[in-house]
Order: sequence, then C-alpha cells, then structure tokens
Amino acid sequence: MSGADLDPLWLTLRLAGVTTPLLLAVGTPLAWWLSRTGSRLRFPVEAVVALPLVLPPTVLGFYLLLLLGPRGGLGAVWPALGLESPVFSFSGLVIGSLLYSLPFVVQPLQGAFESVGRLPLEVAATLRAGPLDRFATIAVPLARRGFLAAATLGFAHTLGEFGVVLMIGGNIPGRTRVLSIAIYDHVERLEYAQAHQIALGMLLFSFATLWGVYALNVRRPRP
Amino acid sequence: MRGRFRLARGSGFTLDVDFTAPAAGVTGVFGPSGSGKTTLLRCVAGLERAPAGLLEVGGEVWQDEANGVFLPPHRRRLGYVFQEAGLFQHLSVRRNLEYGWRRTAIGERRVRFDEAVDWLGLAALLPRAPGALSGGERQRVAVARALLTSPRLLLLDEPLAALDAAAREEILPYLERLHARLEIPVLYVSHAAAELQRLADHLLLLAAGRVRAAGPLAEVSTRLDLLPWGPEAELGVVIEARVVAHDDRFDLTYLDFAGGQLSLPRHAAAVGSRQRVRVLARDVSLALERPERTSVLNVFPARIVEIAEIAEIGGAGASGGPGAAGDRGSLAPSAAASQPLIKLDAGGAALLAQITRKSLAGLELRPGLSVYAVVKGVALLL
Repeated sequence: MSGADLDPLWLTLRLAGVTTPLLLAVGTPLAWWLSRTGSRLRFPVEAVVALPLVLPPTVLGFYLLLLLGPRGGLGAVWPALGLESPVFSFSGLVIGSLLYSLPFVVQPLQGAFESVGRLPLEVAATLRAGPLDRFATIAVPLARRGFLAAATLGFAHTLGEFGVVLMIGGNIPGRTRVLSIAIYDHVERLEYAQAHQIALGMLLFSFATLWGVYALNVRRPRP
Repeated sequence: MRGRFRLARGSGFTLDVDFTAPAAGVTGVFGPSGSGKTTLLRCVAGLERAPAGLLEVGGEVWQDEANGVFLPPHRRRLGYVFQEAGLFQHLSVRRNLEYGWRRTAIGERRVRFDEAVDWLGLAALLPRAPGALSGGERQRVAVARALLTSPRLLLLDEPLAALDAAAREEILPYLERLHARLEIPVLYVSHAAAELQRLADHLLLLAAGRVRAAGPLAEVSTRLDLLPWGPEAELGVVIEARVVAHDDRFDLTYLDFAGGQLSLPRHAAAVGSRQRVRVLARDVSLALERPERTSVLNVFPARIVEIAEIAEIGGAGASGGPGAAGDRGSLAPSAAASQPLIKLDAGGAALLAQITRKSLAGLELRPGLSVYAVVKGVALLL
C-alpha cells in the first residue's frame, strides 16, 4: 500500500475509533429507554433511529451540511464556542458517522435488553438494588453479547461509510479523505490495482466481522 | 401488616382489596387463576403502583399515597420469590445468594450466610451455574437468596407451580421447616389447596380481584358457603395435633387434638412435636350412638354445626349411595349431582363429613344434634 493510502487508512481507523465509544455512549441509554418504555414516542423515535438504514446517505449528508454549515441552524454554534466549523473537518465526519451508524448500535442493544426481560431486574429490585445498580450489575452483564455486537457493527459500519462523509467532509487528503473515498478516487483515475488493495482489504475485514457477529448468535439489525 | 389497593387493569380486571395479615405466620393467598393473587403481591412489593394504595408492615409505612409516600421495591425490606426462580444467569449460585446479602446493611442482617445455605441444603450447589440446577434446586436458591436480605416480609408467588410433583415434594419440607423458624409474616400465593393446607396458618381468599374471605385456616377452610374450592381440592379439614406417644405393639402413633386422641399408622414424628393432620370429608361418617365393637379406632363425640348441599366435583363422589347415582355411566360431572356436607364441632376442632341424602333423612340429622364422628382415614401432612 502506498504512502498516499496510509493516510486514509489511519484517518478511517481514527474516525471509527472515536465514533464507536460515542455511539455506545449515545446508543446505550437510547436502546435501554426503547426496550423499556410504554411511551407513545417510542415508535417515532425508533423510526428516526432506523432512517439511515433506508435513506440514501447523501440525503442525510445533505441535510447535515445545511444544518451545520455557516448559514445553517447550528452553524453559529461552533464559532460561538470557539470551535472550528464541523463542515469539511474531522468533527463533521464524527457527527455524520454517529447518525449514520446509530441503528447498527441501537438495534442490537435494544434486542439484547429486551431479551434480558423484566424478571431479573424485578428480582434485583426486591434484593435491594436501585435502578442504576440494577442496570450496571444485571442488565449490562446479561446484555454483554449485544454490546459486543453493537460495538463491532458500529465500528465496521463506520469504516465503510461513503455518502455522508463525502457530503459533509468532502475529500481533503489527510483531513477527510477516508478509505471508501480513496477507492473512489483510485477508480476515477483508473488505478485499479490500488483500488483493489483497499477494496479487498475492506471486503475481507467486513466479512470476518460479520462472521464473528453471527457466530455470537445475537440479534442483528433488521434492515 | 395491613394493605389496601385498588388498581384497574386495561382488560377490565380490577383489583380492589383491603386486607390484614398477622405479624407472624403464613397467610395463604388463594383463588382461581385471574383472581388477582399475583397482582396483589406485586402491589405489596411495589412492583405495581396502586394509585390510592396504602401499606403498612410491622409498624413501617411503605405506601400511603394520600400523604405522598411510596417506597420503591428496593427500599422495602421484603423478600420475593417469583414463580420462575429468576436466578441471575451470569452469576454462580454463591454470587446469586450474595447479591441481596451484600446490599443489606450489616446492622440489619439477621440471617447468617451459612445459616441460609444450611436451611435450604445448598452447600454442594454454591459453585454451580444456575443453568446446571434442577427446577427444585433453583427454587431453593431463590428462597435462600430472598431470606439473606433479612426481610421483614416474605412474599412467595406460587413458588412450586412451575415444578413437577417430585420437585414439589422435595422442596415442601424445606418450606415447612422455614415456617417454624421465621418470625416474620409470609404471604404465600397458591392455587393449590393442598399446598396451603400444609403451610398456611391464615387464609385470604380472592375472587375476581376482591377479598372473598379472610381468617384462620381452620375457620375459613371449613366455611361451607365457600366450598368447594376448586376441581382439584378435596373436601376435608386440616387439624393441628400434637404427637403424644408411639405404640410399638400395634405400630401406631397417637396424637392429641381438640376433639380427643387420634390413632395413626406409626410415623417417625417426634413425641411432643406439632403436626398437621388431614381428614377428608368422605372418610368421616356419622353415628347417633357411640359405635361399640367397631374396627374404626378414631371415633369422636361431636355436634352438628351446619348442613349444606355441595355440588360434587369430577368423579369424587363415584362411590356415593343411591342418591348420587344419577350419572354413573358418564365421566362428565353432572351439574345436578350434589351431596350433603356436614360441618361438625368436635371439642372446638371442625370436621367435615360427606354423607348421602338417604342417611341425612334416615337419621334426621339437624344442626345442634350430638353425634359421633367415625373417622376412617387420617393422614399426617408431612
């Protein structure tokens, strides 16, 4: 692999490495709430979470660009906080990836929490465990396969995204050019050998990841 | 303890109960499926919140919605054994037992870890995973786990319902021994009359979400207006008795009860120990004079308290006399078939006798009459 392709590799790993913990941090309470709530908001929230599964990534990326751009609804927030605008920068990639990969984290977690069921948590309550205690000592350990699946799928899916990244991050070498965009570049320039190197690597990695997840025999996202 | 709950469910079911239970001893909560037994227990535990609920246990107020008091389940000092044991699958038996024990303040612990392990015979199971236990073993772990929080109130929700007959027989002696040791109120939900006859001191009868009757076991279980209890419940009484002697020559055990002395086939129960004895209504016949030269050992003077007609259930009355012979050809119970059931008072102990209508008429039996209860079968409940 040439030096020009190591940059996108490094950037992609960094993006997935930063996004995955954030995905778990956002996805865990959301999945917990969805698995327990009787609220009428449950179904609209589930639909919103699942949107990235069916929308073209460019749609999501387009609206993020409008929202986060200088004239967007949140555009003024960043300079006010003394931060760099997320558009065409690494933080923009993280925000886009968070939304785009959310269903891949929320759905396995929600399924795992649901399969824990009500009984062990009620038993724990009668054994003097408060709500947070029950969550940490009963729900999380019993849903551990769900966490493993969610982290793996969230990581793998972030590695492979293209449309959102292109819309919000553009294609700036060393800043926002991730592996999937590097492949696109190589193909445009008819550098099939280099495109192959990256594409085959991603294919094998994704296959191995999914194999592992299926072997764990946990619920997967319902596309 | 005292409680009052009113809780409407979407399906048209409403729980509406106001009850008290004694400060020690087992209160059996009995009723058909859907009568609200489990819902009542969940309200007591705080797992369901009845909007205008009131609950006071041993002088502590756990719920008083009028004054904004509602303790969540983890702040109520109770033990709850669910129908499905609900062992934590990711923890060993020992860690399961320690779960509530560690969360109980040291000053509040009144049950030692080894003690609970010993009471329920769990020493050999401690390192095992819950998945490797039998149904009866799982339920014993669940009981010990609940006891290790040193509860002020123990709730048992059909702990034997999910077990087969053999596992049930395995665990009942443990529960009976606990009954003798615990000094806290126990609410024991069951739809099996036989279980409650062995374990309960008091009864709370529920029907369609309401309290139908409440009181001491001997009183409630012999109220003719409440019988029969259900298709699987045999008509009869449970008597408290004390073992007074064993007879080596005839292989008999003698027990004293309020109405006299019972003779039973020899049993290992220790002299002096209190036992429960079951006498089925169909094993009791009546005589107007003391029968002389009879093979029956157990004959007691008694007074007729009440006479009622009780619909026969299933094939229980198949051996009945001419009065009950209407339906012999079919297995289906006939709605019209009924037999007189007589409630007797033998020195303060209630007995039930099931006789034929012909005998009722022939002997001119009526309330207040003095008779002799001839008891052909007595079983020790152990």
